Amino acid sequence: MKTMRMGLLGKKIGMTRIFKENVTIPITVIETGPCAVTKKKSPDKDGYGAIQIGFDECSEKKMTKPVAGQFQKSKVSPRRVLNEIRLSEDELAKYAIGQEIKVDSVFSAGDIIDVVGTSKGSGFTGVIKRHNFKSFKETHGTHEVKRHGGSIGAAFPQHVLKGTRMAGQHGNSRTTLQNLEIVEVRPDENLLFVKGSIPGAKGGYVMVKKAVKL
Amino acid sequence: MDTIKKIEKEFLKDRIEDFSIGDTLKVHLKIKEGTRERTQLFMGTLIARKGTGLNETITLRKISYSEGVERVLILHSPMVEKIEVVRKGQVRQAKLYYLRDKVGKKAKVKEKK
Repeated sequence: MKTMRMGLLGKKIGMTRIFKENVTIPITVIETGPCAVTKKKSPDKDGYGAIQIGFDECSEKKMTKPVAGQFQKSKVSPRRVLNEIRLSEDELAKYAIGQEIKVDSVFSAGDIIDVVGTSKGSGFTGVIKRHNFKSFKETHGTHEVKRHGGSIGAAFPQHVLKGTRMAGQHGNSRTTLQNLEIVEVRPDENLLFVKGSIPGAKGGYVMVKKAVKL
Repeated sequence: MDTIKKIEKEFLKDRIEDFSIGDTLKVHLKIKEGTRERTQLFMGTLIARKGTGLNETITLRKISYSEGVERVLILHSPMVEKIEVVRKGQVRQAKLYYLRDKVGKKAKVKEKK
């Protein structure tokens, strides 16, 4: 059973610092919402209750005709990103198709949240950076193999075990950071100030959800 | 980036006192002790000024009981209440890190006439 927790889609704007009571706080600024409810899923019809929310308005030309048709059906202006949030039946009744959800209706200062985003891609990376392997000695006779992974297995079982850590694509994957604190909410500008850093590059889309471990 | 700049603008101080590298500064710092707030003074030579905007910092160095002490202060922090220039210094470098290795008279900055 998935936990039911409300969230919103947003865009990472960047990082800065603010001062509160003479103390400096590092913050990430996220442009959160307004998100429109584009679809509702009911337990009777679909087997589970959820709302689909859309964020970042864009032209209809940016999408394929089948996707554009969905927006015409729900009478919501086209949005670039869509995401589904599972909700309990009581919560589900609060939202109607076409409704715009503002940031202050979901989050307030002091809340603990999780942020899901796509981490910055590092491309094809060696084991030292990707899995924090130790590198070889720089001196004392080491040559050619300073950043190699070493052995990848023993003579038995005569094959390399599945999941053995090797070089490969690093980053550019779905990443969740848990238990971040909201420092401030600015409903006029749809901004959310989160203490610390969040995954991804500036301009990247993120999902802000209420914390699962609370 | 405009959004970030707009946020930073709210926290920037209107005016920063005029001083340059090598000057001896007296900084009034707001210190909170429990519920009471008091002002602490820190006097030292300005050996570095780094960063821009809200991230601008100054590094002050002083010799306290024959032990070198350095403090890095965020210029726009509300903790930094006031900065006074006690003595103008005559220097050639923008960063006076060489003072760390000097002792005695060589660890001093000449006064600007």
